[in-house]
Amino acid sequence: MLEVKNLSKVYDGDVQALKNVSFTVNQGEFLAVIGLSGSGKSTLLRCINRLIEPTEGQILWKGQDVTAASQDEMRRIRRKIGMVFQHFNLVSRSRVITNVLAGRLGYVNPMMSALNLFPKSDIEMALAQLDRVGIMNQAYKRADELSGGQQQRVGIARAMMQEPAMILADEPVASLDPVLAHSIMQYLEKINKESGVTVLCSLHFLDLVHRYADRAIALNDGVLMFDGPPSEIDDEKFREIYGKDAERVG
Amino acid sequence: MKKSSSLIKSISVGLVTLLVLVILAYGFTVTNINFEETRSERRVASLTRILRALAHPRIFDYEYKEEDVEIPFYLGCPEGGVEFPEVNRSEAFIVASVACAEPKETIVVEGYNFQENSSGPINFIGFSADAPEGVPLQMGSFQADAQGNFRVEVTVPNRQIKEDPQAIRATGRVRVGSPTISRDAQVTWEKIVETVFMALLATTFGTLMSIPISFFAARNLMSDIKIPLSNISLSLVGWPLGMWLGLKANQILVNLLSPLFNSFIPTLAGTIILPILGFLFIKWILSKQDEDAELKLKDRFVNLLYTIAAAILVFASILFVGKLLIQIGIYLTLDKEAPLYFIRRFIFQVGDIIIMLLPAISALVGGGLFGGLFGKFGQTISDRIAPATGKIINLIITPIAGAAIAVLILQGVDWFYQFNNPDITLYWPAGIGAGIGLAFAIKASPKRSLPIGIVLYGIIRTILNGTRSVEALVMAIVFVAWVGLGPFAGALALGLHTVAALAKLYSEQVESILEGPLEAIQATGANRLQTIVFAVVPQIIPPYISFTMYRWDINVRMSTIIGFVGGGGIGFVLQQNINLLNYRAASVNMLAIAIVVSLMDYISSKIREKYV
Ligand SMILES: Nc1ncnc2c1ncn2[C@@H]1O[C@H](COP(=O)(O)OP(=O)(O)OP(=O)(O)O)[C@@H](O)[C@H]1O
Ligand SMILES: [Mg+2]
Repeated sequence: MLEVKNLSKVYDGDVQALKNVSFTVNQGEFLAVIGLSGSGKSTLLRCINRLIEPTEGQILWKGQDVTAASQDEMRRIRRKIGMVFQHFNLVSRSRVITNVLAGRLGYVNPMMSALNLFPKSDIEMALAQLDRVGIMNQAYKRADELSGGQQQRVGIARAMMQEPAMILADEPVASLDPVLAHSIMQYLEKINKESGVTVLCSLHFLDLVHRYADRAIALNDGVLMFDGPPSEIDDEKFREIYGKDAERVG
Repeated sequence: MKKSSSLIKSISVGLVTLLVLVILAYGFTVTNINFEETRSERRVASLTRILRALAHPRIFDYEYKEEDVEIPFYLGCPEGGVEFPEVNRSEAFIVASVACAEPKETIVVEGYNFQENSSGPINFIGFSADAPEGVPLQMGSFQADAQGNFRVEVTVPNRQIKEDPQAIRATGRVRVGSPTISRDAQVTWEKIVETVFMALLATTFGTLMSIPISFFAARNLMSDIKIPLSNISLSLVGWPLGMWLGLKANQILVNLLSPLFNSFIPTLAGTIILPILGFLFIKWILSKQDEDAELKLKDRFVNLLYTIAAAILVFASILFVGKLLIQIGIYLTLDKEAPLYFIRRFIFQVGDIIIMLLPAISALVGGGLFGGLFGKFGQTISDRIAPATGKIINLIITPIAGAAIAVLILQGVDWFYQFNNPDITLYWPAGIGAGIGLAFAIKASPKRSLPIGIVLYGIIRTILNGTRSVEALVMAIVFVAWVGLGPFAGALALGLHTVAALAKLYSEQVESILEGPLEAIQATGANRLQTIVFAVVPQIIPPYISFTMYRWDINVRMSTIIGFVGGGGIGFVLQQNINLLNYRAASVNMLAIAIVVSLMDYISSKIREKYV
């Protein structure tokens, strides 16, 4: 469903964040992206929906070349790819329901939505999504009044409003405590297993990878080092990915 | 090594000090600093007079009962001395300790039988051939006790000695009746209200204008606007064409509908029917639109027709509303003495402003419509058509766009300089513009996107910086020439300056918003407008409120002096009073300014505290 071919990204200032990365993501898969800090995980995820312009290479989304898509086409592609962020990226002064409804922006009429007018069905859908992540009673609070875990649930609800075929999650649990981390990961798992949404999720902790991912890819300094089931990451692989001196924890 | 460097340092410090001294000395010369003058007796006296007047703002008028008592007095004792003057002891009278004195001598003046608690000046009256009625010169003042008696020491003035008798006059005053608000205070009140509202209007309209501008002046929003050349050139052609069409459409529509505006009923009917029609029509269009569908060329054309029809309906609705307001306003203001006249007048003015703005609105709408449409077409060329063909199309349209823009710019310049020469205003710019366009078309690949956003950002920033560097006072001079003396000119000048200043402050706030939410909203597939409304606006509301309050504060300050150049408000009367040496009235004006400014300062800082 998603094919990344020879993707490279060079930031201004000559930082080569991705070097010739190629992999595919299959429909319905839960794919983890691992690697050290600075290895290019965020860059990779952002290139897929072109929040960052790739320097070279191709990204095929259901056969369509994302890198060559026009603005209108990009809008259509993006709205089918939900995104969840490490720092939630909610609009903190807006209400929770508004943040969730923002997930519909790719579908609704631009003029009407600019006046904050959404179809009734969308509002019902937003409440239902909030209910699904267990915070419907917080719908009319301001987003910054919520705890971190609750905010990430809002982030997931927003992504789900897009009726996505895939969710890109960039370290969705890195700013949460372990208990909350599991609960958020379970939501993603539920979305993946029950709704059949493909998940592409960058993670820091290997135990989370083992517990939730079907497959993992690993980046080291922008180079793809590993592509396979998490169980195949043995000590040797681990050192390849994380460097010679790395100690395995957890 | 170390020593020599510290020596150099000392020498350079010395040189800098010397330089500063020279600059200061030069500054003293060019600013005519003259402390001798400031110490001269005449200057000190006039300063004292002004400061004393300023310390007595004429806020209340009192009625006084006044009595003058005069006795002859000799300046310079004649040989053989003089007799003490006779006084009538049954009325108020004064006696001096001496009947004659040398200049600068201190004498005692006693007064009896004055009105209880009365007070007033004691004047020396100098008679001369030029002034037979006498010139008073104040020697001192007195305050009578409860019996109406007083005793004060006064100094005889330093005047020329005269043989003829001069006089000492005591003027006793008591207030009668209750104080009334002085004429000066009334005028001041009227004018300070005018001032505050001038600032309010300037701030309101300035804010409304600068909000959209600030988005275009924000680097982070503009830097990723990159569009291919075919899009740029077609937009550049589409905008002026659309604006012209919009203006024409406006004229035609106004002419077409104008018979309806002669009487009230059709105007009213139109005002009710057209908006409903427009609303239903737009709703119908929206219901028909399917965001998912790929649009074919025919659909796009039909959509364009719908959009134009909707625009005309909306436009006609606005026209009717404006005309209706004018008619109601005129009817309501027939009687100039009617209560709440200003509200009646306001109805008329709102209608008038709507009608006045209509051509501008229709030009903008037309420009936006056609610019957008052409641009979209250009985008399609770049997206869909093979590079070679795209290149050829660019080679044709970009020179046209360049020529069109260059000619338009030169037409604008021509308005200022009146060349009246088609060589300068038509042929040369068309040629040069086309040349530049051609160069771009040859150089830029048809598929590559050009960073037009950052160019636009640069242009807008430059215009804002230029406008901001012109003082509001200078702008007021221009506006006074255009709309005449009065607060309207002041409000326009302040408004324009507000736009320039606020747009910059605002845009800096936009530049400092969090990237995260912006990214998240973009990732949902939101377009640019939606991204701004959902990710940018919520983040900038608090600083925008705070800066608006800050500006409102500045505008009140500015509006108090904008009258100095004819901009209306309190400054206008203040300047008059100063010119007429009417310092006690000026003092009232200044007092009002001080109160209003500090009040504004307080309120705005309170409100800002709440939002920061
Ligand atoms: N906007 C940018 N401009 C320049 N260089 C950047 C930019 N963003 C990231 N980089 C660089 O690109 C490389 C990859 O960064 P990236 O954020 O993708 O890593 P990451 O794997 O997500 O790290 P982390 O786990 O810390 O989030 C790093 O060396 C980083 O410094
Ligand atoms: Mg990252």
